[in-house]
Amino acid sequence: MKKGYSLFWLIPLLVAISAYPVVTRSVIARESVFLILMYVTLAASLNIILGYTGYVSFGHIVFYGIGGYTAFYLMYKFGVHLIPAMLAGGVASALVALAVGEAVLRLRGAIFAIATIGVNEAIKSLVTNLAFLGGATGLFFNFKIYRSYGGAAKAIWFAYYLMAAVTIVTVVVSYFIKNSKFGLGLFSIREDEDAAAVLGVDTKRFKSLAYAFSAFFPGLVGAIFFFKAGNIEPDDAFHLIKSIEMIFMVMLGGYGTVSGPVIGAVIYERLKGILLVNPLFKNLHMAIAGFVLLLIVLFAPGGIVGLLRERFKKLRGVLE
Amino acid sequence: MEAWISAVLSGILLGLAYGLAAIGLNLIWGVMNVINLSHGAFIALGMFASYFIFKFAGISPFISVFLVLAVGVVLGMIAYFLALHRVILAPELSTLLATYSLSLIIIGLGTFFFTTNPRAIDVGLGSVKVFGAYIPKEKILVGIYSLIFTLLLYLFLYKTWTGKAIRAVSMNITAAKFMGVNTTFILSLAFGIGIALAMVAGALIASVFPFTILTGGVYELKSFVICVLGGLGSPLGALVGGLIMGLLENVLTLKIQVGYVPFLEFLILVIILLVKPTGIMGKE
Amino acid sequence: MKRLVAFLVGVSFLMLGLTTSFAKDKIVIGFTMSQTGKLNAESAEQYRGLLLWQKWVNSQGGIYVKALKKKLPVKFVYYDDESSKDRVQQLYVRLISKDKADFLISPYSSGLTASAAVIAEQYGKIMMATGAASDSIFNKGYMHVFQIYTPASRYLTGALDLLKAVDPKAKKVAIVYEQSNFAKAVATAAKKYAEKHGFKVVLFESYAKGTTDFTSFLNKIAAKRPDAIIGGGHFADGETFARQIFEQRIKVKLVSLLVAPAVPKFAEIGKAALYVTAPSQWEPKAKYTEASAKKLGISWYGPTASWFVKTYEKEYKEAPGYHAAGGFIAGLVLQKAIEDAGCLDAEKVRKALEKMDIMTFYGRIKFETGKYYGRQIGHDMVYLQWQEKGGKLVKEVVWPEHAASARLVYPYYKKY
Repeated sequence: MKKGYSLFWLIPLLVAISAYPVVTRSVIARESVFLILMYVTLAASLNIILGYTGYVSFGHIVFYGIGGYTAFYLMYKFGVHLIPAMLAGGVASALVALAVGEAVLRLRGAIFAIATIGVNEAIKSLVTNLAFLGGATGLFFNFKIYRSYGGAAKAIWFAYYLMAAVTIVTVVVSYFIKNSKFGLGLFSIREDEDAAAVLGVDTKRFKSLAYAFSAFFPGLVGAIFFFKAGNIEPDDAFHLIKSIEMIFMVMLGGYGTVSGPVIGAVIYERLKGILLVNPLFKNLHMAIAGFVLLLIVLFAPGGIVGLLRERFKKLRGVLE
Repeated sequence: MEAWISAVLSGILLGLAYGLAAIGLNLIWGVMNVINLSHGAFIALGMFASYFIFKFAGISPFISVFLVLAVGVVLGMIAYFLALHRVILAPELSTLLATYSLSLIIIGLGTFFFTTNPRAIDVGLGSVKVFGAYIPKEKILVGIYSLIFTLLLYLFLYKTWTGKAIRAVSMNITAAKFMGVNTTFILSLAFGIGIALAMVAGALIASVFPFTILTGGVYELKSFVICVLGGLGSPLGALVGGLIMGLLENVLTLKIQVGYVPFLEFLILVIILLVKPTGIMGKE
Repeated sequence: MKRLVAFLVGVSFLMLGLTTSFAKDKIVIGFTMSQTGKLNAESAEQYRGLLLWQKWVNSQGGIYVKALKKKLPVKFVYYDDESSKDRVQQLYVRLISKDKADFLISPYSSGLTASAAVIAEQYGKIMMATGAASDSIFNKGYMHVFQIYTPASRYLTGALDLLKAVDPKAKKVAIVYEQSNFAKAVATAAKKYAEKHGFKVVLFESYAKGTTDFTSFLNKIAAKRPDAIIGGGHFADGETFARQIFEQRIKVKLVSLLVAPAVPKFAEIGKAALYVTAPSQWEPKAKYTEASAKKLGISWYGPTASWFVKTYEKEYKEAPGYHAAGGFIAGLVLQKAIEDAGCLDAEKVRKALEKMDIMTFYGRIKFETGKYYGRQIGHDMVYLQWQEKGGKLVKEVVWPEHAASARLVYPYYKKY
C-alpha cells in the first residue's frame, strides 16, 4: 500500500487551529477550539474501530465516561495531578475495552452495535448506583483544586494545551495504524472478516487491539473534559446521544480515512456552534442535524473526503 | 403472598405493554434486517396523536388507535421511501444512521412544536379488584389490545397473500423477487406496519403512563432488550420478551433494589447476545 | 520611539475603557436555558419568570445605578444549552467575553449550574443560581454564586415535621426517589433527618430516570405498611407515582412528592391528586407580605404575590409555578443588590448580596457567608396539599403554620 501524505497538511492544520486562541489570547476562541479538538479526538479514535475495522461501536461514549470517572475520582479523592490521572483514565478505558471486546467483538454487524449500546447503558446504570462515585449526584470538585495549576484561568488553559496535545497524538496514531500492517489487517477484516481469517490474519487479536486503541483516547478526552467542567455525573459521562454525534462526525468527514474524522469533526462543531447561537435556527438545530445526516447517508456515504476523492483523483494521496 | 400475586399480575400487564412496544421493532428487524432507531420517535408520535385526538375530539385512545394504525402505515411507507430505500442493501451502518436521522428530525421538530412538557391522558375508567390488588382498567385494556394486535399480525403474516410475501422477502429477497413479488412494495409495507405498530403502542401506552416527546427513547432501549430476550425478528418473541421483562421488573424487585434493574436488564442483553444471539425463543 | 508607542497604546486602551464605561446605557444579563432536551419544560418556565422581571423593571426605566446617577434598562442575552453539559462552559465564556454580560443567571438544574459556576468564578462574575437546589455547589469555594432556592438538604425535612406535628404516632416512612442529582440529594438529606428525629425508614430506594411504572415499588410498599411515602423526582414520574398510589389503593397516611404536585398541571390526574402534599419553593397562596417582613424586622422588596400571579397569568395564559417565581426573584434579588451597591462592580455587588436580608413575595432571602458561601439560608419551603373546594381541586399551603392557608387533611387514605 502506498503511503499517503495526509499528515503533512493535517498536523500543521491542527497546530494552527490549536495555536489560534493562544496567539490571540481569545478565550472565546479557546472554548470553541477546545470543543473542536475534543470532537476531532473522539471521531478519530472511533474511526479506528468503526472506519478501519468496520465494527459499528454505537455506545462508544462509554470509554469517555470510564476515563472521565477514573481520572475525576483520582483527582477528587487523592489529589492526583491531571496528567497521571488522565493517563490512568485512558488505560482504564483501554483495559475495559479489552475485557468487553473479548466478549462483544465476537458479534457482528447490527448485533454488535446493539451490544455496545447495552454495555454503555449497563455501565451507566451501575455507576448511578455506586455510592463511592457519588451515584446519581456525581462528584463535584472543590474550586481550590484549580489552585495547584495556578488558578482556574490557568487550569483551563492547561486543560486546553493538554487537549491539543492529545488530539495531535491521536491523529498521528490513527495515521500510523492505517498505514501499517496492522491497519491492513483491520481493513481486510472490514472487507471480509472470514476471508481475512483464512488468509492468516489473527482477526481476534487485531479487533481487540483496534478496540483498545479506539477506547484509549476517548478515555483521555473524558478526563480532560470533566476536569474542566468541575463536576461529573452519569448522565453526562455516558450520554448516548454524544456517541451518535461521534458517528455523525466520522460519516460526515468520510469513514475509514485519516483526514475524514478531522474534517467531519471541525465542520460539525462549527455548524452546530453557528446553528445554536443563530436566533432563526437555534430551536431547530436538532432537526437540521438529522436532515444533513440523512443526506450524507443517502447521497454521500463516503462523506466529504469520499466526495473530494471522487471529484479530484489527484488528491487521493493527500486525502486518505 | 399478596405482594407476590400482585407483583405477578402487574408484571404480566406491564409485560404485555412492553411487548406491544417492541413488536414493531422486531418485525422490521426480522423482515428487513434493519434496526430501526426511529422506533422510539414513532412511539412518541403515536402518543401525541392519541393525546391530541383525545383532547380535541374527545375520542378514547382505545378507539382512535385504529386511526393511528392506518396513519402509521402510510407514514411508515413514506418514511421508507424517503430514508431507507436507497440504502436498504447497504451495510448496517447506513440503515442505522438513516433511521437515526429520521429520529433526530422527528424529535427535533417535536421539541419545537410540543416542547418537552409532560402530558397525560386520563381516560378515567377506574380500577378493578383482582385477588386483593387494585388494577386500573386501562392497563388491562392495553394488555388485551396487545394480545389482539399480536394475533392480528400473525393472521396477517400467515393467512394473507401479502403477509406471506413479507415472510418470503424476509427469508430470501432474491428468491421472492424471482417469484414475482414486488419487493420494493413489500419492504415499504413491512416498514410501514412496523412503524404503525410502534405508533399504536405509543397511542395505547399514553393512556396509562404520562409522556413527553422524549419518552419514546426509553421504550426504544427497553425494546432492544425485549427483542433480544424473545428472539430477534419474531413478533411473538417480542411478546414473550416483554413478559419476561415485565415480570423481571415487578417480581425481582421484591427482593432487590429497583435502582439496579436497568443494570441487570442491559447485562442480560449483552449476555444473551453473547450466548445465544438468536434469543431465548429463537431457533439455532 | 518604543516608549511613545507604548504610551499611545496605553492611552488608546484607556480611552477604549473609558468610552465603554461612559457609554454604559444598559445592564446586560446573560444565561443559558434549555430550549431543547430533557430540562426544557422547567427551564422554559424559569425563563418566563425572568422575562416578566425584565419587563417589570424596564417599565420603570430600569435599575437605578447610583454611581451613574441614572436608571439603566436590562438586556438579556441567552443561548440554548441543550440540557447538556457539553456547551455550558463555552456559552458562558461567550456570554462574558463576547456579549459583555455584566451579570449571570444560572442554567436550570444543579449539574449545569456547577459547570457554569467554574466560569463565573474564574471571571469573577456574579451568578444568581436559580433552579439549582443542590448543596454541593456551595461548599466548593465559589465566591460569586448565590442561591435562590432552598437547598436540597432542607427540601423534604418539613414533610417530616408536618407528620410529627399532626400525628406523633406515625413513625414508618418509605423514601422512594429518582436517580437524579437533585432527587438523590433531597432523599439522602431527608433520610438522615428522619432517622435523627425518631422515624423509621422502612424503604429507601431509587428508580432510573424516565421510569413510568411504579407498581414494583407499590407492591413492596404495600408489604411494609409505612405511614408516609415521601420522595419523587421530576414531573412525569411524580405524577405517575401519585396516580398509581391511588389506583392501587395504598393505605398510607401522608404522601409528599417532589416537584410534580407543585405544578398546576398535576390536577389533571383528578382524584389521584387529592390530599397529596408536596414541598414547594413558592406558592401563590403563601402569605409573604410587608406585614410579615415587619414582624421579622427586615425590609420588603418588589411587587406583591397577587401582582405577580395576575400579570403572569395575563402574559402567559397559565398560572405560575415556583420555577417561574424563582426566575423572577433571581432578577429581583440581583436588582436589589445592584441598587444597594450603587454600581455594577461585581465585588461591590457581592458585598451587597452578603449583607442582604429582605422579604419578597417569594419569601425571605438571605445568603450564607460561611463554609457554604452563597447558599440560601433565609428562604423556607412551604408544603402544599391538593384539597377539594367546591368540587374543584385547589392547592392549599398547609405548612409551616404561619404561612398556611388551610389545615392539612389527614390521613391521605381518607379519600378511598
